[in-house]
Amino acid sequence: MSIDKAQAAHVAKLARIKVEDDALPALAEEFNTILGFIEQLNEVDIEGVEPMVSVTPMRLKRREDVVTDGQMPDKVLSNAPDAREGFFAVPKVVE
Amino acid sequence: MLDLTYEPPKPKVIPGAKHDWELVIGLEVHAQVASKAKLFSGASTQFGAEPNSNVAFVDAAMPGMLPVINEVCVAQAVRTGLGLKAKINLTSAFDRKNYFYPDLPQGYQISQLYHPLVGEGEVLVDMGPGIARRVRIERIHMEQDAGKSIHDMDPNVTFVDLNRTGVALMEIVSRPDIRGPEEAAAYVGKLRQIMRYLGTCDGNMQNGNLRADVNVSVCRPGDYERYQETGDHSVLGTRCEIKNMNSMRFIQAAIDYEARRQIQILEGGGTVDQETRLYDPDRGETRSMRSKEEAHDYRYFPDPDLLPLEIEQDWVDDIAGALPELPDQKKARFVADYGMTEYDASVLTAEVENAAFFEEVARGRDGKLAANWVINELFGRLKKEDHSIAESPISAAQLGQIIELIQADAISGKIAKEVFEIAYTSGRDPAEIVETEGLKQVTDTGAIEAAVDEVIAANPAQVEKAQANPKLAGWFVGQVMKATGGKANPKAVNEIVQTKLGL
Repeated sequence: MSIDKAQAAHVAKLARIKVEDDALPALAEEFNTILGFIEQLNEVDIEGVEPMVSVTPMRLKRREDVVTDGQMPDKVLSNAPDAREGFFAVPKVVE
Repeated sequence: MLDLTYEPPKPKVIPGAKHDWELVIGLEVHAQVASKAKLFSGASTQFGAEPNSNVAFVDAAMPGMLPVINEVCVAQAVRTGLGLKAKINLTSAFDRKNYFYPDLPQGYQISQLYHPLVGEGEVLVDMGPGIARRVRIERIHMEQDAGKSIHDMDPNVTFVDLNRTGVALMEIVSRPDIRGPEEAAAYVGKLRQIMRYLGTCDGNMQNGNLRADVNVSVCRPGDYERYQETGDHSVLGTRCEIKNMNSMRFIQAAIDYEARRQIQILEGGGTVDQETRLYDPDRGETRSMRSKEEAHDYRYFPDPDLLPLEIEQDWVDDIAGALPELPDQKKARFVADYGMTEYDASVLTAEVENAAFFEEVARGRDGKLAANWVINELFGRLKKEDHSIAESPISAAQLGQIIELIQADAISGKIAKEVFEIAYTSGRDPAEIVETEGLKQVTDTGAIEAAVDEVIAANPAQVEKAQANPKLAGWFVGQVMKATGGKANPKAVNEIVQTKLGL
């Protein structure tokens, strides 16, 4: 798989990262280098090998169904550029 | 186990301008898990709290916050899966579904695309006595809900409340086995009923705790059967997905509209675009959400913050062992044990609380009579005042007393209705009402005979007519009942009238 300029622009748009047009070829090239490395990994024969998801033999940690958090709207909103009446206020989005 | 037998319903046929069409429908139902805390945080799930008060830093996606799964939410999803006779996957995993929206602070939703917790199951959708559609469930996965955007509080900004962010959802995905708008609504109703029996989702559609995305396509009669034989989706039409509906009525109306729209396109020689649409209840139509199409590249990948979810078969078996009796079983048992019709059994088992109330009324008494009284008198009366069974002013024990009084011939059906009315409005015990108000049925033959004699003596002309035409004897029965204030046993009166008139 090879990433071209248009594909790089699409990925940047999905990630909401602004990339100037003249920076796109270099970005596409970086993607291709990364993908090339992954391709190389694909050469390893992993037939019958369970995928490893963790290097430690841990079980997914569980929590009890108890309310232990929340009730701090001021803190939650404190970094918001705009908040009104307890809500985050964001530029109008209409579907 | 008891089972009733069913025939599948006929698919809905929509006549087009050129020929007939049929519908093929599949649903994705999002059901909010009944739990105290959220799926990955310790914030409350309580509805209607002050904005942004039920929010932990995990939900607000503050940097460095890590999700820790709520075990009860997992148990609830497993319970739901078992209730839908589904395969439980002992290993499942969480993935990130990436998209940007103001009510999704993480920039991704934690969901389960590749390895869902629950696999294939099925649900029987009742369409009337003896008629039901078996709808296959493809999977159920767990995911986080998003927050709530409010667009109409200010003309220039959108308000965002994260209280719902991170609440656990079960997404229940059906196969395209549903063949009409009514079936689609009934399917959602049946899922809701089962989950309410299980206690895994409260099913409150108004609060958005149960919402559905509906996939609709149309095909020519015979195409669906070809799909069933071959499993080949391409013989079916192109589908459109109508997003996020939270009312049975809207689901039906949206499907109806969407089917007609697609038929019109196809008969005009056009092609249906596969797309996501929104239903506008004010206009009664669906419209395209094309603006969001590019956002549909979700770039799913395994969530690196969460290890796979591994559960043990013993744990699943414990949950399975503690499942309550489910609607289909309860209905079949009511038909078998109480000798009631399937229709009555459906009414009584619609809500688990109603069924429990009925069983308390019927315990040790005439089940059929109890069913009639609960359905016709109690439900009728509750409905008139828009009350639920929990708000019933008459208890199951009190209604049971009325059944006993009728069974013992202490009161007639007519008087029983009066007693019910008094008990309903005053909360007094039926047995006491009958005693105090002197409503006890007169079975004393002497007293009835005296009353009959009186009526006969006063109406010699009627006696002559009745003797010529025995059908007219009923008039005497009516007069005697009237004279005794309805308290005389009608059967006894009838017999005595017959004898006295020499019929």
